[in-house]
Amino acid sequence: MKAKKQRKRINWKETLMGVVFLLAATTSILAVLLICLFLFANGLPAIGEIGPLKFLLGTQWRPSNDIYGILPMIVGSLYVTAGAIILGVPIGILTAVFLAKFCPRRIYKVLKPAVDLLAGIPSVVYGFFGIVVLVPFVRETFGGDGNSILTASILLGMMILPTIIGVSESAIRAVPDSYYEGALALGATHERSVFFAVLPAAKSGIFAGVILGVGRAIGETMAVMMVAGNQPRMPTGLLKGVRTLTTNIVMEMGYAADLHREALIATAVVLFVFILIINLAFSLLNRKKKA
Amino acid sequence: MKKNEMQNINCVTFRQRLRSYRKHPLSLFLFAAVSVSAVITVAVLFFLIIYILIKGIPSISPSLFAWHYTTENVSLTPAIINTIMMTLLSLLVAAPLGIFAAVYLVEYAKRGNKLVGLVRITAETLSGIPSIVYGLFGFLFFVIALKWGYSMLAGGLTLAIMILPLIMRTTEEALRSVPDTYREGSFGLGAGKLRTVFRIVLPSAVPGILAGIILSVGRVVGETAALMFTAGTVAEVAPNLMASGRTLSVHMYTLASEGLHIEESYATAVILLIIVVGINAVSGAIAKRIAKV
Repeated sequence: MKAKKQRKRINWKETLMGVVFLLAATTSILAVLLICLFLFANGLPAIGEIGPLKFLLGTQWRPSNDIYGILPMIVGSLYVTAGAIILGVPIGILTAVFLAKFCPRRIYKVLKPAVDLLAGIPSVVYGFFGIVVLVPFVRETFGGDGNSILTASILLGMMILPTIIGVSESAIRAVPDSYYEGALALGATHERSVFFAVLPAAKSGIFAGVILGVGRAIGETMAVMMVAGNQPRMPTGLLKGVRTLTTNIVMEMGYAADLHREALIATAVVLFVFILIINLAFSLLNRKKKA
Repeated sequence: MKKNEMQNINCVTFRQRLRSYRKHPLSLFLFAAVSVSAVITVAVLFFLIIYILIKGIPSISPSLFAWHYTTENVSLTPAIINTIMMTLLSLLVAAPLGIFAAVYLVEYAKRGNKLVGLVRITAETLSGIPSIVYGLFGFLFFVIALKWGYSMLAGGLTLAIMILPLIMRTTEEALRSVPDTYREGSFGLGAGKLRTVFRIVLPSAVPGILAGIILSVGRVVGETAALMFTAGTVAEVAPNLMASGRTLSVHMYTLASEGLHIEESYATAVILLIIVVGINAVSGAIAKRIAKV
């Protein structure tokens, strides 16, 4: 009788905790729903009011005159990201190759934590480094006032390195050794075996790493804001200032009101959609890799 | 003698390598490209760290650690205290949620459960969202819709959502690496599912979970964009959870962008770097211990 009662109590506890675990698992779903709801509910009406085409393709951003066109920011984000990719991707992938296939064990023990550390440095510290080192460097070597697309690209290129290195390295390591050994046995040198047998096999994983890097570069805010100049106009050259989608939000959110604030939230909606597309591409690639 | 010869066949001497490179210029080029890239990566890191340390360490002065912030001493003590509060607050929310969610995914969900796929996709989405979007969401939801104003609580909850996927993923990996024999042994001794999870599975997954939590501490400490419009930028120690307070990163940002206190900015950057290096060292040590076991 007593034992029966006890078992019942335990069962009750088990079910309760099962429900608790289930609820905890649904928090991430809830969070995504809430984020979507609040961003879209606050941003979409503004896009409707301004006019979708005027908002997305307008080249003027003048909140004081109620003119809201974010094309300069979209183009700015794309330029800065492209710059970061051009600078960061080759170095990142080659470093990953070095880590996975060339590195003696003793050096690896130093190099791997160094790359992890690069990922852990806060973006404000990168931004500050940009202000005190990169901006003067660009100003003196290339001219202009230093706050430019080029500076932001260099800084972002540095910041996406650890992402690209990490994902690419594990992709390269996941390629079966027999690929490498087969190439070697056919008389290829170590370098040729790595670059022409192993790397092509790791292609989709490396590409996923690049996409992840693009996501980081597009979403980065503080570091870019500190070095990019932030003028809301169409970018005219590599050495001219630029404003990205992310910085547009931070620059003006503090004092914006009414339609201006909603236009900023709509900017975030555009950014969010970009990120969703990038995420989708990333998970599709991963799924392909598994299959 | 014979043994030596055998070993020599498998060893490539430096001279042999040089000769081989002369025959294969492409290989030499590839090797050079790979090495140069690795050197650049390391050089970037060390240049950044050493530059900030050299410039920053001489600027560290006792007035920087004064108990109260004034516009003259730009003390970072309140910011550090706020950072600790913010870290604890976000972990207090995110750690149980993340760990429980992972327990559900690994221990409770049945194969082919549709919810699992949905949770995975949303967690992936969350980890890709830029921090400024989190900041804006926190501003719209916690600060305005819930009428909390700029407050530590709003900032902490925003960050909790941000680090949730990280904790969930690392915990999930840690739980999956616990051998099934542990669970079977526990069930075999008559323990229920709940007891098995809390007494057997979770304790053996602690190092992995801890590594994830430390990583998320690093993210909280380094976060700026998500906090500016949720926790605000008041430079004093927040007296309660509903008050605004700036963390060390936000403090660093205001100093650097004002441009009035460059030396103090260097010093603050040094403190931030030291914290981050420390966090990385601890998580690295834990990861090494996991690898050994």
